[in-house]
Amino acid sequence: MGEAVPVARIDAVRQREVVRRLREFLPAHAVLFEDEDTRPYECDGLTAYRRAPMVVALPETDEQVRRVLQTCSALGVPVVPRGAGTGLSGGALPLADGVLLSMAKFMRALRVDPVARLAVVQPGVRNAAISDLVAAFGLYYAPDPSSQIACSIGGNVAENSGGVHCLKYGLTVHNVMRVRGYTIDGEPVDFGGEALDAPGYDLLALAIGSEGLLVVITEVTVKLLPKPQLARVVMASFGDVETAGKAVAAVIAAGIVPAGLEMMDKPATQAVEEFVRAGYDLEAAAILLCESDGTPEEVEEEIARVKQVLSDAGATRMTVSRDEAERLRFWSGRKAAFPAVGRISPDYYCMDGTIPRRRLGEVLHFIGEMEAKYGLRCPNVFHAGDGNLHPLILFDANDPGQLQRTEQFAREVLEKCIEVGGTITGEHGVGVEKIDQMCTQFGREELETFHAIKHAFDPAGLLNPGKAVPTLARCAEYRGMHVHGGQLPFPDLPRF
Amino acid sequence: MQAALEAMAERVRAAAQGAQPLRPRGGGSKDFYGNELAGEPLDTRAYAGLVNYEPSELVVTARCGTPLAELERVLAANAQMLAFEPPHFGPGATLGGCVAAGLSGPRRASAGALRDFVLGARLLDGRGRVLAFGGEVMKNVAGYDVSRLLAGSLGTLGVILDVSLKVLPRPVAETTLRLEAPQDKALEWMNQWAGKPLPISATCYLNGELSLRLSGAAAAVRSARETLGGEEIRDGEALWSAVREQTHPHFAPEAPLWRLSLPSNAPPLRLPGEELIEWGGALRWLSSAAEARTIRAAAQRAGGHATLFRARDKSPGAFPPLAPAHMKLQRELKAVFDPGRIFNPGRLYPDQ
Repeated sequence: MGEAVPVARIDAVRQREVVRRLREFLPAHAVLFEDEDTRPYECDGLTAYRRAPMVVALPETDEQVRRVLQTCSALGVPVVPRGAGTGLSGGALPLADGVLLSMAKFMRALRVDPVARLAVVQPGVRNAAISDLVAAFGLYYAPDPSSQIACSIGGNVAENSGGVHCLKYGLTVHNVMRVRGYTIDGEPVDFGGEALDAPGYDLLALAIGSEGLLVVITEVTVKLLPKPQLARVVMASFGDVETAGKAVAAVIAAGIVPAGLEMMDKPATQAVEEFVRAGYDLEAAAILLCESDGTPEEVEEEIARVKQVLSDAGATRMTVSRDEAERLRFWSGRKAAFPAVGRISPDYYCMDGTIPRRRLGEVLHFIGEMEAKYGLRCPNVFHAGDGNLHPLILFDANDPGQLQRTEQFAREVLEKCIEVGGTITGEHGVGVEKIDQMCTQFGREELETFHAIKHAFDPAGLLNPGKAVPTLARCAEYRGMHVHGGQLPFPDLPRF
Repeated sequence: MQAALEAMAERVRAAAQGAQPLRPRGGGSKDFYGNELAGEPLDTRAYAGLVNYEPSELVVTARCGTPLAELERVLAANAQMLAFEPPHFGPGATLGGCVAAGLSGPRRASAGALRDFVLGARLLDGRGRVLAFGGEVMKNVAGYDVSRLLAGSLGTLGVILDVSLKVLPRPVAETTLRLEAPQDKALEWMNQWAGKPLPISATCYLNGELSLRLSGAAAAVRSARETLGGEEIRDGEALWSAVREQTHPHFAPEAPLWRLSLPSNAPPLRLPGEELIEWGGALRWLSSAAEARTIRAAAQRAGGHATLFRARDKSPGAFPPLAPAHMKLQRELKAVFDPGRIFNPGRLYPDQ
């Protein structure tokens, strides 16, 4: 983390040139380059990595975005797109020789069509604002990352963000119908549409989750769903985390697809309870929150089945939310888990691996071993329904030893996720943070393919370079070089 | 299985060397789809079988040659299903062909499309390399989403070897209602109801009759039936199967069959011919002898596109022309996976 980013100096001559060229079509207030003006952009939600950009551009129109891209492309200046800056993997980390392209001024909702159930918005619109905007029609936008009050839809598209309701309602890729924007050359692109499919290769699927490496989005059309009439949540306590994990599998095996299915272990509930007083059972080794939504009839039927399954699976205590206020209170603890943990430790580091649910017990046990090995605590919150783990390593960044141990800890956990058949990132993205672990998750040929795809969109490699996909040389250098059966993964690359 | 895979890889490498076109083929049930076929068939059926199925993980991984019917039988035995209800279009349909065609059936508007359920895939590319993308977990944002890109690529990027799909439990209760209405009224209803929390899982409108399938918890289906009215029909399952498999008489005429993918609230297009509407108004099957450009222009004006789905003469092109920027990207992507252009040349677009 902290020290992974080399300190690079800004070339003042180059900076003046880029500013001059951008000011030909951008007003002065939309081109920032003084230290104190660019400082707010030096990091995103992954604050351990910081770097000041050479220039910040804040366009307000499509035409200005197109010209920023054309200008940078012509000058060979890299561009880092940025939404609300809440990302957790350093995807919007600036470059000292690059332009940070902030989409913060693209704040307008362009059109809501309640009949076709879609909304066309600019990328700077906040995730939660979309649901607010359409609430009067009885509609909402389903993906709800924990940061939903702050994160922007453009960032959600870049990261393919999830949330706590993914198992039933999907990720961003399942809820976005169309994106429009520009390639690095300023060429307009339009992927997807207002019909349920579009001709040709599914470039919409490719663009979503591409971490700002392929195109810059200026317009997003999202699918809206009818708001369920009712939602209720069962809060269940378990004596150990393995039993809780098995209970999750039992719910799914019973043919139930809950609207949300979350797990928190005891250290996490304790941190949270002090912070928000959600009413969690502090005796339990783990609690599950299992939400059912739909018509009152559906909810009643499903809640009864969920209670039966959880009880058979060994739940020691169960509470069902009686009203909306109580439901929100049960969720408040889960949604506030990160800030709550932030209160009990000077720093915390959030991981994002996904695993097959059946390996949960094994992985949690492994995390326990790592806590002992590195002498660091690690509460767990877990999107149990879809296998997405968020272990939170607690550390103090002022202690360099702890920072380094945290990195090692995280690396071992992510590699464990790969080993059990999972992935290094479920919803936060690779960014700069997990770029080395990409070398473990993918082989050389897949990485080459990713680079070739990038090249198809951005031959000069100017859009958000250095993120998401490691170079083969970097993988060869990757310190945790793994030797498989006596063979190095990239045997023909020079090593240093 | 390794031998079957190696045999396919060998053929791909030989074809690449000799610049000989190949067309990966399972049961051949979708040979009619897309532009004219070119290349030697590469039979995928020896590479078959389930790789992994854990019902409580809601994921199945199977090889491309696996018969779709067999896969669906295994899922049904565990009260699960492919929620996108892919059309088979023949008894020999395989999983590989299903994903390559990327087509979804009646449940698409409510459950999602095939591409929405793809979690991972392995691909035999045009250099004979085996590439793995995605995985078997629900949430995975590491690397570009290549496995979804393969859905609907019509085998032009390589041989889709294994696919991991999200599966869902079968609904506890299901019933079909029929109401009478003129087309514009039916479209209005379908859009209105889709915006309400109703368990409508499929719609079909033809000749003044709107059929609705309700799926879900028994109590929810019961209460929706009361809300919606209409008449409950007995042979609901037969109807949805006939629509999904296009064995319904609507699909029998000699005239070319067009697949119009439109915004669900697009008004009636009033093109000459017979129309069957699915997906809450978003999919309209038009059997019409009208000029291709007339049909394509009408679909485009309505905000969608028209595919020439079944026709003896595909000279107007099975798929509508793409915007130049899109076409350029598509060509470049084709070159990433299949630089020698050996897979299914021209099947998707004439010059690639």
